[in-house]
Amino acid sequence: MKSLEDLKKMREAALKKVEMREGGKDYRVVVGMATCGIAAGARPVLNKLVEETAEKDYNCVVTQTGCIGMCVYEPIVEVYGKDGSHTTYVHVDADKATKILEEHIGKGHIVEEYTVDAVKALEG
Amino acid sequence: MMEDLAMHILEILMNSIGAKAGRILLKIRESVKDNIIEITVTDNGSGMSEEMVKTVADPFTTTRKTRKIGMGVAFMKGLTEQCGGTFGITSRPGEGTEVKASIVRDHIDAPPTGDLGQMMMYAIQADETIDFEMIYETDTDQFVFKSSEIREMLEGVSLLEPEILLWIKEYINEGIMRAKEGMR
Repeated sequence: MKSLEDLKKMREAALKKVEMREGGKDYRVVVGMATCGIAAGARPVLNKLVEETAEKDYNCVVTQTGCIGMCVYEPIVEVYGKDGSHTTYVHVDADKATKILEEHIGKGHIVEEYTVDAVKALEG
Repeated sequence: MMEDLAMHILEILMNSIGAKAGRILLKIRESVKDNIIEITVTDNGSGMSEEMVKTVADPFTTTRKTRKIGMGVAFMKGLTEQCGGTFGITSRPGEGTEVKASIVRDHIDAPPTGDLGQMMMYAIQADETIDFEMIYETDTDQFVFKSSEIREMLEGVSLLEPEILLWIKEYINEGIMRAKEGMR
């Protein structure tokens, strides 16, 4: 049974992590969760991102936004780096989400084949 | 597409978030006695004019002006009509909006409730600075969730920490389950 008291422990654990990182997280991972995103399957993607980030302690914060304006490419996941970089991944599913975390957040390598540019090029 | 009630409600919550609300109250009353599920979302966001309230539920009259409101209201209204319920919006520019919907609880077309904890997790993710309050009321019991309480307990740690988000989801679902225990 969960109680509000749990939060005290979680707070301390979170603070420890923040100290280790010295000032904020390196990446912000944003999922499009408007009607179009949800309809295309953004929900399992967002869940996977939150769960994996909690479990593997990736250096990112997972948030969500409304319609990104490319509904046909949903589910869309955008990755913003602390250095100002911005990558847009499209047609993401739970497996692709796992790989994006592993490669991009974990190792700093963009998963080129899932990016909007690669998918657009492929579709001609 | 909108396979459960939680996703319908999320659409309404997202409208409130889009309307720059600082406080959003969601009340769900599930009554076996009255055979009804009532949903009320009240916010202190930018509100709408009378004219806009009239058109907001019609997906085909939505224009740029009403851009903040998407298809969510139309879907919710359609659901209530399909399930023998009621739907209404009251709003005042600059003061806020209240969306009230109800469905017949045992109606054959009534959707499953869905994951309300996850729904609140999504809403908090969209804007953690908003004070979300959720009340789940049954004939015998009540569960209340306040994001401001959580924020106070965390003293500066973000609600967006994934462990915290997952905790909130489960905390809410456990609370709702307990409130529902006396129902059947």
